[in-house]
Amino acid sequence: MSKTDWATLSNNFVYSSMGIIFIAFISFAFQTAWSFRVEPLANETLKTKSMKYTKAGRIGIALAILGFIFLSAGVIARGVSAGRVPWGNMYEFSITGGLAFLFAYLVTLRKYNVQWLGLVVTLAVLLTLGTAVTLLYVPTAPLAPALKSTWLVIHVCAAIISGGVFLLANCVAAAYLIMDRYQDEDGNENRPNWAKQLPTLAELDQLSYRLVALVFPLWTFSVIAGAIWAEAAWGRYWGWDPKETWAFITWVAYAAYLHARVTAGWKGKRAAWLCLFAGSTFLFNYVYVNIWGAGRHTYSGL
Amino acid sequence: MSYEIKTPELGTIGLLRWLWRQLTSMRTALILLLLLGVASIPGSIIPQRNQDPTQVQQYFVNNPTLAKVFDKFSLFNLYSSTWFSAIYLLLFISLIGCVLPRTWEHFKNIRALPPLTPKNLIRLEEFTKFESQKSADEILVIARAHFSKRRYRIRDCDASVAVEKGFIRESGNLLFHLSLIGVLIGVSAGVLGGMRGSAIVNEGESFTNVATSYDSLSAGRLFKLSDFPPVTLKVLKFTAVYDPLTNAPLDYSLILEVTESGKLDSRRVEVKVNKPLTFGSTRIYLQANGFSPKVTVRDNAGKIVLSGAIPFLPQDGNLTSIGAIKVPDLTPTQLGIVGSFLPTAERDKIRGGFSSYPEALNPRLLMAAWLGDLGLDTGVPQSVYRINTAKMERVGLKSLAPGQVWELPGEIGSITFDGVTKWVNLQIVRDPGKPFALLGAVFALLGLLISLFARRRRIWIRTVLGENTASSGVIVEIAGLSRSPGLAEEIDALVRVLKEKRGDDE
Repeated sequence: MSKTDWATLSNNFVYSSMGIIFIAFISFAFQTAWSFRVEPLANETLKTKSMKYTKAGRIGIALAILGFIFLSAGVIARGVSAGRVPWGNMYEFSITGGLAFLFAYLVTLRKYNVQWLGLVVTLAVLLTLGTAVTLLYVPTAPLAPALKSTWLVIHVCAAIISGGVFLLANCVAAAYLIMDRYQDEDGNENRPNWAKQLPTLAELDQLSYRLVALVFPLWTFSVIAGAIWAEAAWGRYWGWDPKETWAFITWVAYAAYLHARVTAGWKGKRAAWLCLFAGSTFLFNYVYVNIWGAGRHTYSGL
Repeated sequence: MSYEIKTPELGTIGLLRWLWRQLTSMRTALILLLLLGVASIPGSIIPQRNQDPTQVQQYFVNNPTLAKVFDKFSLFNLYSSTWFSAIYLLLFISLIGCVLPRTWEHFKNIRALPPLTPKNLIRLEEFTKFESQKSADEILVIARAHFSKRRYRIRDCDASVAVEKGFIRESGNLLFHLSLIGVLIGVSAGVLGGMRGSAIVNEGESFTNVATSYDSLSAGRLFKLSDFPPVTLKVLKFTAVYDPLTNAPLDYSLILEVTESGKLDSRRVEVKVNKPLTFGSTRIYLQANGFSPKVTVRDNAGKIVLSGAIPFLPQDGNLTSIGAIKVPDLTPTQLGIVGSFLPTAERDKIRGGFSSYPEALNPRLLMAAWLGDLGLDTGVPQSVYRINTAKMERVGLKSLAPGQVWELPGEIGSITFDGVTKWVNLQIVRDPGKPFALLGAVFALLGLLISLFARRRRIWIRTVLGENTASSGVIVEIAGLSRSPGLAEEIDALVRVLKEKRGDDE
């Protein structure tokens, strides 16, 4: 197979995965729609509806896994086509980022009850992939000399996985803030039907903390790896390049979040807002600095 | 009266103590941490002098009023500004004030035993209670053995055992924060004892590592001239490989001949973008490259007044380059050539002459000759790539291919385009703090992993004599305290071990 054949194959896989994830999204949408009508007090009489509800969720997850497999194949084929790791431009970052986000969700799903997040996750992955194939697509090209390093694999891989998990933690924190509105002053939760299958506020709070605590060392490692690479490629390990500055801001924001949670005992709303703020600095770095920013990290290929 | 005298004294000390307590409080540290993040934002939007000085100059031209305001707040060199330094220094003082007492406390507690078993275990987490046929002593012996296998600290109390694990969590936490101080020390050492300079060297020419060889050089306060590694580097060959489809660079390779002073033999090394040349804490990087047209200028008598390769500055991906040839030693008046070099020259109606590929496939040197005063004696430093034509007059335009000669108008002399060679920009950086910063970063990461993933927990096991005195059994109460998950599983495991039947039963 020639390079272009692999590139075409990669594109086909990415498009197929988008189709599959779209159907997964529809299933999760049905699940959410049916949950509106499930009266928890009258569970017995509405058994059929509740069955439909679980089934839609299961189909959604099965399809999300299938979509994950197809997207992995797409990312791998892209790498084969380029003859290198598929992290050379913004299109490739985006499809890998979507993959990492989906991966983070599916792994979390094994341990925690986060099925309810499926709707948001599939939507976010679809938007990422949609932007990638329409606005960011560039044909496969060889790497710029500065990117030819083993650190590309290590640094970018760590950064993309951290990003996927940070964004998942953001979704959970956002869910917390939405659910918080249904809590009255005495701490009773009066949620509407659709929100009743979501975990309790305490569980949401805990989950977003666990996700951040899990991946914060990986993000730290990614920044250190980037510094070691920058020293070899550019002659300095830290130069306050816009991307480095924003990576630092993200690091500082999450460090503040962890301190606030652990030491200062911030929980709930304030912690969730801080988590959202930290996550948005990561997104800003990814979108703004890659495309419009100056500096040395301009590899978007656009 | 003495009362009145004493108060202000106490007040001063009290105020200082209050300030110190405020500074080292978690709240202040958090605010400083967030402030540091927010304060570094403008530097990613406003151009920085140390990164892109020409863009800063451009900013002054485009928005002079705003630029002056920005400059007043050091926003063009934000990361070395006083107020930015103030934030992180306060943060580090706060951190030291917080971490050092804790380290001392932790050190003192390193051999401390777990706290005594509380009276009411039922109030704690994961309280379990069951009746056992084993004796109280047996239960406690099994529990002790179970936990010592799991590396808990064990304390024997009255009819109970207290165990504790996870001191390492605090050790990791302290290691993380102390290592951050290490990183700061490494960075400061690099700034103070470091040096950063660059020099443009043509293919075939040599660079001797002394201060005068540099085009630009900045050094820290503690840098000594003897810190330059005494070497001479000869640029033997520079090769750039381009993708023929996209014209994008694929690979740069620089072959240097390195002669260390005091040694007779020299060695050849290859320097690439991700592969600098290292001498102790000094490294030499291949940073940029371009073309140097080779020209010879003769006066009207045919005597050579200038000959050599003149580096031109690339302007685009196809290495269209601009440069200046300054000939002060020509009579009756000085000559300046404003040049542009096209490695692969092409021409169309819209753009005029342009370069279509970054290799010298069809080189052309486009020149505008100016006569008059170059202004070299004014004392104002000039760019080597530009000519100040304020006191000059343009006398002619010409495009040359290699080997061609241009007889300058007015019979003042001639200029020959002999050919083209390449130049490389060597960046030479000394950073003695690097190993400390790296070590600090690695230990910080290690400490972070320990402090986030080590589990700290306390468990208490108490035996209470059963109400039915006839039975030989006891009631076992177990409870624990933990901030991390997994306490329930740990207690379940203990209960299973305690409930196991003895070998001699049945």
